[in-house]
Amino acid sequence: MASTHVTKRAKYKTTIKDPGTPGTLRMTFEKILFVPHNPKSAGKLDVEFRYIKGQKHTKEGSNKPPWLNLTNNQNGSFIFEFENYSDLQECRDFVGKVLAKGGEVSEKPTVSYPDEQLSAAEMELRIKLLQEDSELQKLHKQFVLSGVLTETEFWATRKKLLDREVSKKTKQRLGFKSAMISDIKPSTDGRTNKVTFNLTPEVILQIFAEKPAVHRAFLSYVPNKMSERTFWTKYFRAEYLHSTKNSIAAAAEAAEDEELAVFLKQDDILASEAQKKIRRVDPTLDMEADEGDDYTHLPDHGIFREGNKEMTESQNELYKRSLSQDINRHAAVVLEGRAVDVELEDTKAVAEALAQSKQKSSNKGESDGDISRERLDRLSRMTEIEDLQGPNTLPLAPLCIKDPRDYFDSQQANALRTSGDALGGIEQIKCGLSTQEVYGSLRESISSIKAMGLKEPIVKPEVAHQVLDALTNSISNTKYHIGKNPQESVLDRLPRKTKEELLHHWTSILELLKHFWASYPITTTYLYAKVNRLKDAMSNIYPQLEVNIKGSVPSELRHQVSLLVRPMHQALDAAIQHYEASMQKRSAQSGERPNGYV
Amino acid sequence: MASAPSKLYADDVSLVVVLLDTNPFFWSSSSLSFSQFLSHVLAFLNAILTLNQLNQVVVIATGYNSCDYVFDSSSDLNRSFENGRMPVMCSSLLQKLEEFLITDEQLSKEEPEGKIKPSLFSGSLSMALCYIQRVFRSGALHPHPRILCLQGSLDGPEQYVAIMNAIFSAQRSSVPIDSCYIGSQNSAFLQQASYITGGVHHKPQNLDGLFQYLMTIFATDLHSRSFIHLPKPVGVDFRASCFCHKNTIDMGYICSVCLSIFCKHHKKCSTCGSVFGQAQSEAASASDKKRKTPET
Repeated sequence: MASTHVTKRAKYKTTIKDPGTPGTLRMTFEKILFVPHNPKSAGKLDVEFRYIKGQKHTKEGSNKPPWLNLTNNQNGSFIFEFENYSDLQECRDFVGKVLAKGGEVSEKPTVSYPDEQLSAAEMELRIKLLQEDSELQKLHKQFVLSGVLTETEFWATRKKLLDREVSKKTKQRLGFKSAMISDIKPSTDGRTNKVTFNLTPEVILQIFAEKPAVHRAFLSYVPNKMSERTFWTKYFRAEYLHSTKNSIAAAAEAAEDEELAVFLKQDDILASEAQKKIRRVDPTLDMEADEGDDYTHLPDHGIFREGNKEMTESQNELYKRSLSQDINRHAAVVLEGRAVDVELEDTKAVAEALAQSKQKSSNKGESDGDISRERLDRLSRMTEIEDLQGPNTLPLAPLCIKDPRDYFDSQQANALRTSGDALGGIEQIKCGLSTQEVYGSLRESISSIKAMGLKEPIVKPEVAHQVLDALTNSISNTKYHIGKNPQESVLDRLPRKTKEELLHHWTSILELLKHFWASYPITTTYLYAKVNRLKDAMSNIYPQLEVNIKGSVPSELRHQVSLLVRPMHQALDAAIQHYEASMQKRSAQSGERPNGYV
Repeated sequence: MASAPSKLYADDVSLVVVLLDTNPFFWSSSSLSFSQFLSHVLAFLNAILTLNQLNQVVVIATGYNSCDYVFDSSSDLNRSFENGRMPVMCSSLLQKLEEFLITDEQLSKEEPEGKIKPSLFSGSLSMALCYIQRVFRSGALHPHPRILCLQGSLDGPEQYVAIMNAIFSAQRSSVPIDSCYIGSQNSAFLQQASYITGGVHHKPQNLDGLFQYLMTIFATDLHSRSFIHLPKPVGVDFRASCFCHKNTIDMGYICSVCLSIFCKHHKKCSTCGSVFGQAQSEAASASDKKRKTPET
């Protein structure tokens, strides 16, 4: 650990609005000391760390000053304003470490922990987990602070929790913004005709992704033919011409400047890609049939931005771009997501990385022959005629009984051999009569009915009444007990306090047992000491369980509580038995230690 | 349940297939005499037939060595009284039952060794399902079938597979199996059958009032059941029989391929021939060398 204390200049504020008392903040493992510069002012503070429950702080980059807010266990808080963020960070890390260790450090400062080189982020994560899960916090308090488990041991079994928290953060990659690049509005200064475009690497990457021709031009022109600055100037000149919707002017400029023309022309890379994509469209889709649905050629239809419908100037068509093209291209790029993971600093690097990733993806694509063959395949798949297809076989794996005879015969033999104990467990009713006798008596009773006719009455009224009573009784009973709440468990019938205690006992026993069994086989003295600690902690639980049953629980529920406690006892007994057995073995092996662990 | 409702076959018309336990060994040791039992049942069958003109009753005798149909109300339509004592249907049922018992006795080969063997419940259940399937296929219009098992003898664990198959086939064709256990023990098969198929299981406490139980619990048609509260079982005995020794077990080994149940570890599944790996417990106690053998 870096140091055992931190001293910083800070302002102490009792509330957020409070301007604050300037002074010196000194933090050690035990306490927080604040001494005002002005000895007469009232802001002197001396708080022990065990009263501090958590900390909050302002983020760097937000427009708030660097504040650290320490909450104590009476829901009050101490706010310190630092001079800069690095001070805040240092103090925050320090508090984090102290809070994570809790009082343990102050009690036994000499014990060394292997996990002390934890990063502040990890510490924070742990604290956050503890704060979010009160049960975890309870366990942490009970075992880590009392020294049964060390911090590392406690968290080692919860790696998953930590990992999940971490992975939550890093999983998502930032994609492109959904704003279109054509939305980059030039800013004019109002007086001159100068137009300024603001470019960021982010925007540049987006431009490259959306306009492969610009990308290609950038790679070939910069920096050999022109500087990056001229390149972008030209680009925006072209963009500006587009935005003025003056295709005649655009054509004129393009004729003068061949580099500029690159930006003004239709993107040929895009066009070829589009060709490829069209080939992959569902072959049964007839796009020409949809043409009748297009209203844009009618007067007063279409998108306004498309401009003053210059339908006649077809010679300048080359320099026109439709909005729908732009939108489609933009949507495609946004959906593709960001393929480049380069720091957005150097434009050149960005351009090259993008080129590489494009190459990779195009290499993955099939050659032309493949595509046409696939197209044929698709065509035959899409135009499948159901009547001509064979029946679809269900994707079921048939149960394969190797030889049914083998199975049934062996079963039969087994059954015959063991039919004696087949009725296992159930008490057998002996029947001393022979087959003949029993069949005879059965036939007799039939003939007696035949002779006597049906009994009159079939059921005695009293018996019928009895039966009906019993039935309704049992039905209403089960309705009351079961029908009401099928989820109701025994626990819900217990008083709230007992229920919570029992649950807590369970979790703590589980925690101990988990660590206990995990430390076998004992190979190091460290594990040996750990097992001893755990065993002591476990034996301490017995009396607590006893208290739980004998105390607080009402007598009518005592039986149920003891039923619940019994498995806990069993689990603990098993562990302690194992402990003692292994200790005996140990002492037998190494004769010097007479009573194993004593 | 599955048929289209019509004027002729409204939703409260039932076809009740009753499985009568005629195990002579059981009846010779039962507290309720067979003649008493029969008089309760006959009255109950009569009542079902009078509940609705179109109701149909089929009775199958579950014998010791065989099973057979002993009564079918659709073919025995004479409901007049014979010498004022008994409906014709009852006497014809008794006649058939007597004949059945005689053939059943002839089939028995050896004396049982002092133990009651179970009745052929799986057989009669299969026959009931076959009959119901025939009804289902007779056309779109048919009464709503259900099965009522009146059983007293013990479960035969060796029939486990056959019975479970019948139960699942009943579940598939949504035929509820009601069961009334009149023996002294408890029948896991009947409990499971009723539980799985959505039928009612009941074990009457007072056998003298059997008719009352039958009328209260088992007489209502399937449609009306949704409106009334019938006794619910507190718990169901879900124990299975192992395939190898036909023992009733509550814990065992299951083939991961075909779900066959065994009471002890086998090297190979006798049903589907899959070869099992080492059991976990054995592997744990075995030496390191053994532990390394791959699971198959």
